[in-house]
Amino acid sequence: MAEHTNHVFGYKNNILVWIDLLILTFVTIEIAQFDFHDLTVVIALLVATAKTYLVGYFFMHLKFEKPWFRIMVGIMAFVFIAFLAILFFDYSFR
Amino acid sequence: MNAANHTSTSHAGHMIHRDDEGSRMGMWLFLFTEVILFGGLFAVYAVYRFMHPEDFHHASAELSLFFGAANTVILLTSSLTVAMSITAIQKGDKKKSLILLGLTLVFALAFLVNKYFEYSAKIEHGLFPGTEHFFELPHGEAQFFYLYFFMTGLHGLHILVGLIILSFMAVYIMRGTITQDNYTLLENGGLYWHLVDVIWIFLFPLLYLIK
Repeated sequence: MAEHTNHVFGYKNNILVWIDLLILTFVTIEIAQFDFHDLTVVIALLVATAKTYLVGYFFMHLKFEKPWFRIMVGIMAFVFIAFLAILFFDYSFR
Repeated sequence: MNAANHTSTSHAGHMIHRDDEGSRMGMWLFLFTEVILFGGLFAVYAVYRFMHPEDFHHASAELSLFFGAANTVILLTSSLTVAMSITAIQKGDKKKSLILLGLTLVFALAFLVNKYFEYSAKIEHGLFPGTEHFFELPHGEAQFFYLYFFMTGLHGLHILVGLIILSFMAVYIMRGTITQDNYTLLENGGLYWHLVDVIWIFLFPLLYLIK
């Protein structure tokens, strides 16, 4: 017999995550109407990161996977952010 | 048989060997390469925007916030339906799973239709690389539209691929290849679709919401 140890993420929980994502989308559009100079893009990226976290953790079931899934995604995210950060420093201090 | 792997006995009596977790890990590794693919483009975007902040601001104002926001909502909702389709198959509700997957396909098509109207409007206004008006644009604005068409084009291609993958999943559910006891294929198709959604989550503010 095939045994599934996976947890079921219910319909209602999925819809709650979706509502959160819609709220964050609304927030990012509204915030963009104000000019915070250099901070504007930082805020936009932070909101996008929060949305990505919700999608990854709940919709992509990282919540239910074994820890090493989350560790690998974390390493990937770290390398990606470090890559962009080094590029940013390179251009900022020329 | 290794106890850590899934095994099942078919009606014919032979053992079928399965490793669902390994299968999903393989999908995640593939998704990492996709992140690197788009990551390179985001790096180019960051450098060009740093070099031409004013031009990027003006060029971004040409994009339709309405279409961008509508497509964001469409993709987020399609992510919800594909996630719920997996919930349905886990609960053994084949019909509901198919309906939700069908909705996902409809949303994917709606996204592409929106993109068609958006691209048409840009081409009409001479904002497509290669047109006469395009070469008169300031250097930074031209770079913005090169990036806009390349990044959204590559993303649109991923939507199209996702649409094809999820169509296959629908067929597999109908045929009984994907069942309550064996739905990793659908999960992997869902993972791909969510990644396409995540890429748009970053593309939308960076292209449409520049101040």
